[in-house]
Amino acid sequence: MPQQIDTYARNISDEKQHSVIDGSSAGTDKRYKALHHDYGDPNPLRKLAGAIKDHTLHHLDEYLEKSEKALTDRGVHVHYASTDEDARQAILSILREHGVTQLTKSKSMAAEEIHLNPFLIENGIDCLESDLGEFIIQLDGDEPSHIVKPIIHKNRRGIAETFLREGIAADYNDDPETITRRARVHLRGKYMTAEAGITGANFVCSDTGRLVLVTNEGNSRFGMAPNKLHIALVGIEKIIPKERDLSVFLNLLGRSATGQQLTVYTEFINGPKSANQADGPEHMHVVFIDNGRTDVLASNCREILRCIRCSACQNVCPVYRQASGHAYRSTYGGPIGAVLSPILFGSRFPELADLPKASSLCGACNEVCPVDIPISDLLLRLRDKAKREEIPSEGAIPMSPFATLATSPSLWRTAMTMSKAMNHLPIQVAPIKPLQDWLGQRTLPESHGGDFRKWLKERRR
Amino acid sequence: MSRSQIFSKIRETTSSLQSKGAYPEYDTSIMHSAAKLAEPDLWQCFSDNFKAVSGRPMESVAQLIEFLDGNNQRYGYCDPALYEAVGSKLAAAGLTVETEYHRDRYDDYRFGITRATGAIAESGSLIIDDFLTSSRLAALSPWVHVGVLKREEVLRTIPDAIAAFGEAPNIIWCTGPSKTADVEGILIEGVHGPGEQIAMLL
Repeated sequence: MPQQIDTYARNISDEKQHSVIDGSSAGTDKRYKALHHDYGDPNPLRKLAGAIKDHTLHHLDEYLEKSEKALTDRGVHVHYASTDEDARQAILSILREHGVTQLTKSKSMAAEEIHLNPFLIENGIDCLESDLGEFIIQLDGDEPSHIVKPIIHKNRRGIAETFLREGIAADYNDDPETITRRARVHLRGKYMTAEAGITGANFVCSDTGRLVLVTNEGNSRFGMAPNKLHIALVGIEKIIPKERDLSVFLNLLGRSATGQQLTVYTEFINGPKSANQADGPEHMHVVFIDNGRTDVLASNCREILRCIRCSACQNVCPVYRQASGHAYRSTYGGPIGAVLSPILFGSRFPELADLPKASSLCGACNEVCPVDIPISDLLLRLRDKAKREEIPSEGAIPMSPFATLATSPSLWRTAMTMSKAMNHLPIQVAPIKPLQDWLGQRTLPESHGGDFRKWLKERRR
Repeated sequence: MSRSQIFSKIRETTSSLQSKGAYPEYDTSIMHSAAKLAEPDLWQCFSDNFKAVSGRPMESVAQLIEFLDGNNQRYGYCDPALYEAVGSKLAAAGLTVETEYHRDRYDDYRFGITRATGAIAESGSLIIDDFLTSSRLAALSPWVHVGVLKREEVLRTIPDAIAAFGEAPNIIWCTGPSKTADVEGILIEGVHGPGEQIAMLL
């Protein structure tokens, strides 16, 4: 059986694949223009951002404690959740305490990780996604396939059909502007009656506790303006040392993600609304979630925790473009997912061990990463981990015969000479399943085994 | 319970690291975008960059009246502190202006006029904080939002704006109108928030 990600890539519909390729390549172009136009050579900035993140991760206990204190001092309730279940229960109990039955939620990868929506709905809380893409994902019972553009795999026709089916619209109309207006009308009514807003956070500044939220649509702002309760679910790796460091991260995040210097709304929050303000939450809770992050920190792939979720690596990756985010079978797809998912969701490692192998190690992901994560090195470390843990690599051709040949000069010589015989043998029909799978996708060139050695030997004379 | 578990797991790793990354010292000016800061006059510089993100800079109430009238946006909210300088002139021109934001009419307001704390020239962003702004909703629910500021409140760069955060528990930078490209990457303005973002000098 071939690797699961290969099967997925082979079976993806043309329509979906075109959507993914168009969306991701456009993202790569915009990023390139925005960064190089403004900075010429952005490489020293990427390295600086990586160094700040590394420093923070190496002192994470200190910075997490500082963040907690800064937030608590400003009237924010801070909670901790070791696991996904802990986080779901913590959020549910805050909501119950405040008698919340209806809320809106802005896009959060951490919430995707813990499958917060279905859990809250099961517990009788009407929880509505407010980011346009996530709203459509929720209506379809689908999963996001990209960090920044969750519906990169969909097109306008599918969305128009969904709106009609779900009663968001009275008739079929696939004009993107009409789709957006219809969502606007539907969602603003929900903001006004919601009793709480749930968000993630892009950064937490440990010196003042300021949470930073970036959106283009303004949904997180709207989700928090009319009601009294704000709950933020935040991965413990989101911390940066000082507010001053936001100059580096905000400038790199927008440009790397969507080619914007800044996303439209960049919101900084470190407490309930001020007394003179009419709108905004009177209660603010921050739930810091581990959910495998301390395991990643302990691993030899801890650099992946620098990630600021910009999706530049997804956009540029030839494998992601062909296979789509769903092929990675976890919250995170693309190169970031191929490294993060197998260790973050550690109990699923054997099942996800094919992801780090689905790469030609071309290194494009390293080059675009705003925090300079050496993604291809990390992919190799995870391949090594799978080998050491003897996780079977289904469908792959066993490499041990090659290793035997390649480490013995005399055996190698014999094999090279013999390989010419392959030109006359119908090896396609050899009863070796992995070999057949492999040959099923490629045509071998004629073997000239041993010719080069012979030529070199004669030349030396 | 979770707290001590998380901290002890982090410390297990951080205490065993053989070398720890030092905090890199740097000057925030390396993050400036020279191309966006070429214009020396801060208001002009802000205006250019604000237009590049589909914002509309305005220098007089007359300009605002012309825009609102011309686009048939004739009913809205104005911060009471700005009524004399702005709202009353709109009312005199025949527009309907309220100084109290009524939540049950959130969808009726076509424009909302509130005080901006400042602006960032480099990125074309309006700064709104909890202390100066009378209503977060009035800056969000109407199709047109007008952020009113003084010329001397324009800051030059993003690092300058971060250094000027102050004590407000909520600050937001608005870099143009609300937008999305979720549907096939096509840019649409006015998703949840304003479809028109105006910055007007007081």
